[in-house]
Amino acid sequence: MARMMYREAVLSTIAEEMERDENVVVLGEDIVGGNGTAGGPEAIGGIWSTSTGLYGKFGADRVIDTPISESAIMGAAAGLALAGKRPVAELMFADFIGVSLDQIWNQLAKFRYMFGGKTKCPAVIRMAWGAGYNAAAQHSQAVHQILTGMPGLKVVMPSTPADVKGLLRTAIRDDDPVIFLEHKALYGVKGEVSDDKDFMIPFGHARLTRAGNDVTIVSTGLLLGFCEAVADKLAAEGIGCDVIDPRTTSPLDEEAILDSVEVTGRLVVVDEATPRCGFAGDICAMVAEKAFASLKAPPLSVTPPHTPVPFARELETAYLPSIPKIEAAVRKVLSYR
Amino acid sequence: MQLSRDQLLQAYRQMKVIREFEERLHIDIQTGEIAGFTHLYCGQEAVAVGVCEHLSTDDKIVSTHRGHGHCLAKGCDVNGMMAEIWGSREGLCKGKGGSMHIADIDKGMLGANGIVGAGAPIAVGAGIAAKIDGKGHVSIAFSGDGACNQGTTFEAMNMAVVTKAACIFVFENNHYSEHTGFEYAVGTNKDIASRAEAFGMKIWRGDGTDFFSVYETMREVLEYVRVPGNGPAAVEFDTERFFGHFEGDPQRYRGPGELDRIRETRDCIKKFRASVTGAGLLTDADIDAVDADVMDAIETAVAKAKAADRPTPEDVLSDVYISY
Repeated sequence: MARMMYREAVLSTIAEEMERDENVVVLGEDIVGGNGTAGGPEAIGGIWSTSTGLYGKFGADRVIDTPISESAIMGAAAGLALAGKRPVAELMFADFIGVSLDQIWNQLAKFRYMFGGKTKCPAVIRMAWGAGYNAAAQHSQAVHQILTGMPGLKVVMPSTPADVKGLLRTAIRDDDPVIFLEHKALYGVKGEVSDDKDFMIPFGHARLTRAGNDVTIVSTGLLLGFCEAVADKLAAEGIGCDVIDPRTTSPLDEEAILDSVEVTGRLVVVDEATPRCGFAGDICAMVAEKAFASLKAPPLSVTPPHTPVPFARELETAYLPSIPKIEAAVRKVLSYR
Repeated sequence: MQLSRDQLLQAYRQMKVIREFEERLHIDIQTGEIAGFTHLYCGQEAVAVGVCEHLSTDDKIVSTHRGHGHCLAKGCDVNGMMAEIWGSREGLCKGKGGSMHIADIDKGMLGANGIVGAGAPIAVGAGIAAKIDGKGHVSIAFSGDGACNQGTTFEAMNMAVVTKAACIFVFENNHYSEHTGFEYAVGTNKDIASRAEAFGMKIWRGDGTDFFSVYETMREVLEYVRVPGNGPAAVEFDTERFFGHFEGDPQRYRGPGELDRIRETRDCIKKFRASVTGAGLLTDADIDAVDADVMDAIETAVAKAKAADRPTPEDVLSDVYISY
């Protein structure tokens, strides 16, 4: 085992996979950073430090530093994948799906189905998402609720360095397009990570991070930590919470959630996406349809309001689900007899 | 450079297959038996064939919504294509793609595309792959004068130059972006190639209604792009669209006598026949024999498509990785 940051887990996994398979290439804007300047290549490196050193090690053919052209980056990833490579493309901010969505949604996601199953499309699209940096409305959003609704995409949301390691390796070796969502507020979080260069976590397998029999809490990303803090606080009062991190929203480990709710009878879903047509509502509906008889209280969701992400510290704090809001929701489902 | 008799017959046959494939669809679509939107390639055959006769299966092409010609020219099976357009389970894409999404990856045909301008970035990716492999293979992005106005095409051209992708942008200027004239929609110089030149590419121009013009132009373009390190190039072919944007288009935008005039004076197939028989390279009998053979092949393809297995409701759920 090794102790490393979330961002280091991203970088080291990419490097290990590039070492293992020469078909793995990376592309994105500023992933080399400094090309065409007095400072020269790698003067900056990628802004998330998730590509540092790759250019020097693997060269310009396999570390493709692109202009700011997100549609062309996503499209080039699609073309590379169809031509037999395994591209790992970086979309600097998840919010930039707005300028590149056609290539993700109408191209990458649909090739295999539209072409009658006769092609693979092994592309990984990495993107930094989420609030917590006061980066305001165009650099802070959750996009998993949009992308999870698109058939043909697998959507991965690691919450720890260990999950980054195991899930990113699975993503790179997968033959289908995978959206890999890295929460930008977690990049600096440290954790124990397997140093087995074949360590993989299969998609569709949730992780139980706290165990208890009274309430089921489902969450991912930055908010997962908030949920764990609530669970720990309630545990001291003798209230037991199952905290479930689905890790992939597509495919979704429905069984892990349903099994837990069958025991607890109470569900709180905490998610960073906006409330309407979102991930939290989707999980609540799934549980209502499939485990209605087990429920002792209505499923509740805790999400931001239906607004853009605000800028000021006070406003962003008010926007995000907080530990008190999550605790209140858990106490509310417990209040039903 | 003079083509051999076999090469001439092959090129003519390919153009004629596309022509008759499309003419037959034009008729069959009117019966209502074929579902969906169809965009016919009639009139532009010299471009697809003049380009693809230079390519191997290791060279990739990315096509457009008007893609039947590119698919056939790149070697997609006539029966498989007809069956696909008829929505059969035996179609090239099992009836899941249809006219706008025909692909055959093994043939280097990376897909027709329902989104105008979506193909060029994909071709750049394939061109980067070709550059990395360093074996002199190329990718071709077919685009029309409509797609030349999409931002994706601009992004793709710049990125191809920056990454030195082995990619060729083939612009087929048929003078119509759907129902709007080239004169109106393309603001700069009434010309597409000069845009590509502004992105830093070498450019060529050719007559897209003349197979020999396309073929000779592409020989030069490919000679250049196949050299590792040279990067991309662009070529614009002036051509004609004999049918509407889609089947059913009333074409009220056409001028008086326009369709008769372009069919009479700008038909690449008539021009080919006149050229090769005039020069004594092939006889009318040679060409008539190809014509008869092609008509049979199309008839067979239609009969097979009509008789082919239909997809079943269960097929909805296959070839995609997650089904909720």
